[in-house]
Amino acid sequence: MIHPDPTLVDWSRAQFALTALYHWIFVPLTLGLTFIVAIMETIYVKTGDEWWKKTTRFWMGLLAINFAIGLATGIIMEFEFGTNWSNYSWIVGDIFGAPLAIEGLMAFFMESTFFAVMFFGWDRVSKRFHLLSTWLVAIGSNLSALWILVANGWMQHPVGMKFNPDTARNEMVDFWALVFNPNAYSKFLHTISSGYVLASLFVIAVSSWYLLKKRDTLFALRSIIVAASFGLLVSLFNLTTGDDSARHIAQDQPMKLAAMEGLYDGKSGVPIVAFGVLNPSKRYDNNEKEFLFKIEIPDGLSLLGFHSFNAYVPGITQLIRGDKEHAIPSAREKMAKGRAAVTALKAYKEAKKRGDKEAMASALRAFRTNEAFLGYGYIQKEQELIPPVQTTFYAFHTMVSLGIWFILLFLLVLYAAMTNTLRKRRWLLWAGLLSLPLGYLAQEAGWITAEVGRQPWAIQDMLPVGMATSNLATSPVMLTFWLFATLFTALLIAEVAIMTKQIKIGPEGASHV
Amino acid sequence: MFNHWSYLALQQYWWFLIAVLAAAFVFMTFVQGGQTLLYMLGKNEAERDLLVNSLGRKWELGFTSLVMFGGALFAAFPLFYSVSFGGAYYVWMAILFCFIIQAVAYEYRKKPNNIFGTRTYETFLFINGSLGIILIGTALGTLFTGGHFIVDDMHLSHWTLPSYGLEAVLVPFNVAFGFMLFFLARIQAALYFIDNIDDEAVAARARKVLKYETWIFLILFAYILYSILTMNGYGYDPATGIVHREPLKYWHNLLAMPAVGVSIALGALLVLWGIGLDLFAKGRRGIWFSGIGTALVVIGLFALIGYNDTVFYPSLSDPQSSLTIQNASGSRYTLMSMAYVSLMVPFVLGYIAYVWRAMDRKSLSLQEVENDPHHY
Ligand code: HDD
Ligand code: HEM
Ligand code: HEM
Repeated sequence: MIHPDPTLVDWSRAQFALTALYHWIFVPLTLGLTFIVAIMETIYVKTGDEWWKKTTRFWMGLLAINFAIGLATGIIMEFEFGTNWSNYSWIVGDIFGAPLAIEGLMAFFMESTFFAVMFFGWDRVSKRFHLLSTWLVAIGSNLSALWILVANGWMQHPVGMKFNPDTARNEMVDFWALVFNPNAYSKFLHTISSGYVLASLFVIAVSSWYLLKKRDTLFALRSIIVAASFGLLVSLFNLTTGDDSARHIAQDQPMKLAAMEGLYDGKSGVPIVAFGVLNPSKRYDNNEKEFLFKIEIPDGLSLLGFHSFNAYVPGITQLIRGDKEHAIPSAREKMAKGRAAVTALKAYKEAKKRGDKEAMASALRAFRTNEAFLGYGYIQKEQELIPPVQTTFYAFHTMVSLGIWFILLFLLVLYAAMTNTLRKRRWLLWAGLLSLPLGYLAQEAGWITAEVGRQPWAIQDMLPVGMATSNLATSPVMLTFWLFATLFTALLIAEVAIMTKQIKIGPEGASHV
Repeated sequence: MFNHWSYLALQQYWWFLIAVLAAAFVFMTFVQGGQTLLYMLGKNEAERDLLVNSLGRKWELGFTSLVMFGGALFAAFPLFYSVSFGGAYYVWMAILFCFIIQAVAYEYRKKPNNIFGTRTYETFLFINGSLGIILIGTALGTLFTGGHFIVDDMHLSHWTLPSYGLEAVLVPFNVAFGFMLFFLARIQAALYFIDNIDDEAVAARARKVLKYETWIFLILFAYILYSILTMNGYGYDPATGIVHREPLKYWHNLLAMPAVGVSIALGALLVLWGIGLDLFAKGRRGIWFSGIGTALVVIGLFALIGYNDTVFYPSLSDPQSSLTIQNASGSRYTLMSMAYVSLMVPFVLGYIAYVWRAMDRKSLSLQEVENDPHHY
């Protein structure tokens, strides 16, 4: 067995996180803006009003700028599973590769084929076929989200597979369990709706800027009404799907839930922290208090996680030390069983080499009894099982607070736009403009919660990140990390510069979009 | 249907699909070839815009074929995905960098305030079209010449040289393979422009490319074919999986699978036919013949290394670690489930063909590019 260098693991994680966070700057806007554009084009085709065509083409132009760099960052993500997580690719590729391949076949081809029609087909195909193409791009991008989240959902809650000791990997035994993993659906719905929220914020921010500059007023007001009504609807949906995700976490990833809430000492009827400052010297094995300061909602966490006022929620301490009363095994017990599984697997392999059938059978029996804990066999110290609590906590709370602010913002903007008072309320226009970076912040915070919160697992309870990396030296990964960081930053700067220029040129000058 | 197929039949089926995807990708490299011809065929800004816009409607399909090729390998032959990408790290990373810069180049090239200037994005296109394709060819060459990897008992793998794949560029065969793809891409691009663009001057220059570069391509192709048929390969015993070295392995495969030979020969003829059509008969549709021909050759080459108990990725560090379609594949269940998914392929090809025809009904002219508010 190969034991990777810890710095290699850290650099591989850093590189994956870097490329994923960059990819995620562009994806949510694509997810949402494709729909907004499709809605606008539908209005154009229904009414025949050229003004809507111009508006559609303006937003489409911005979409194209964003889309290109979404592709550039996406191709890296896929191949990084091979280049940087090659053990992972072998150990779970039999299951994990499937949704990625389906995504390519079902979604990416659809996007890239109809994308060309959407941009260059205005005078080459019929109006209806053009509209259909625009919708297919929207559907395609959201289908790609579906399959990638089926893949990611599987990492958070692996189902439908069985470990094969001969090939030393997990093999798929139930395709439908993978496809209908409930965890994946709450993540999918939450993620795409968060994309719609971001796209609404984007349209509102650009339009607010026009109104602040007192230009393109009609365009801005009409766009704002579309975006704020769509935004209000989807942000409420985003809230409920986020709650649904939390319920899945409570069941499948209790450690992540505890980290999200900074909860060390579990109990029944746990409050939720609306705002808090964590105590940095708190550990699971000391008696310091958890927070320096906090505002709580009584019973909130029990309600959120289990939909019951006095449900028991385990804290980090119980999850490590174990809790007999609630039948929670301790980390040490799981690690011991994990080691037994690792040893049995080795014995099986050796017996197989010798051709000793009897020893193979008994090793296999020993393996099967402890198989569920195999991943724990690679954990060296119990504290490795605790994710970075501070990062997870603050990321989660940032996202949720912003989610609530966005709902309020959409309400206020919509009300002002309907009562025709929006142009007078400059503070609201400023709020609309400044909320766009907050939207991006919430997006990134969401993924940080989801991914940092599941450390040390690449696959929950099955495969720790240390076992998942490629067996490389550290320096190649460091080198590519810095190359990615430089290249993506340069491209991001170009993207933002082009985008702001196009916004300055505006829908009227759209002849050069 | 697929649930009655044997494990081996499913492995062969998936290898065939991988070959088809590789063929689609190699066909689409006319986009890359075109990117390297921008300054040779376009003597002024307007002509270059025309070329870029003509390619710009197709580049994403090529890009997506590459992504799909990766995705299908991941699902069907995960051990290859793990061994090759995680081992020949530098080569694959270099290839990826060449594709990242392509993805933004079309959209950003002419946009106002694009920071780096038009020439930078054109350079990106050139790098993608030259270095990107040559490196991909080099990587494909290693399927014949092998890589320096070891796969252990647990099927975890590691590379044995600190150059992590870069050593492949020291093997003349691999590099020749890369340059062969590069010139093929340029020839295909010339044929594509003749068909797709409505401009006599550009077409005349494209024919000049055909006239000279066909020779270079043919010499490289002959060298590659000769090397393959005379080189030593590796075979394995299907019962025990034990790998052995076999002189003239690919030649033997050709004798054992005559259809493969027919596919390669027919493919090569079609490529020449396509070139001849546009060059001597002043036709326009040569790209379709050479495109289909290219696909037949690629599928033939994949069949040559994947079937008939052949090692498709030899290990130079430990021959027993070599990869075959039998030891590198996913489980039977996964191959079967994904085989059902693959029934979508004809449907996808169908709508791509439909859209392509609808969009290319008339050739692209300078005037249309200039009138289109969203041109590259
Ligand atoms: C929720 C949605 C979502 C998520 C979680 C991800 N992506 Fe993504 N991806 C998209 C949604 C998306 C998209 C919206 O569909 C993109 C952005 C721009 C585009 O064309 O498609 C895209 C592009 C894109 C591309 C280029 C596609 C093409 O050739 O057309 C690849 C290869 C990936 N992604 C791969 C990944 C991988 C391996 C991810 C995870 C580790 C990942 N993406 C996360
Ligand atoms: C299917 C989709 C995804 C898969 C399969 C996936 C998988 C992974 C893997 C294998 C790692 C490295 C192991 C680890 O450190 O946890 C990782 C880390 C990470 N991913 Fe994801 N990821 C996905 C999507 C994303 C996206 C879209 C983001 C968004 C920005 C993201 C954010 C992160 C972050 C921040 C880390 C680093 C966590 C850390 O190392 O502390 N992930 N993910
Ligand atoms: C309003 C209240 C919100 C709640 C209760 C909520 C809840 C959650 C939870 C529990 C997760 C973790 C899911 C997991 O680890 O599997 C999550 C993830 C995420 N959130 Fe939120 N969220 C809210 C608002 C938002 C907003 C406003 C955005 C962005 C605009 C956002 C974007 C994301 C993203 C991108 C992820 C990662 C994908 C995923 O894991 O589903 N969320 N959210």
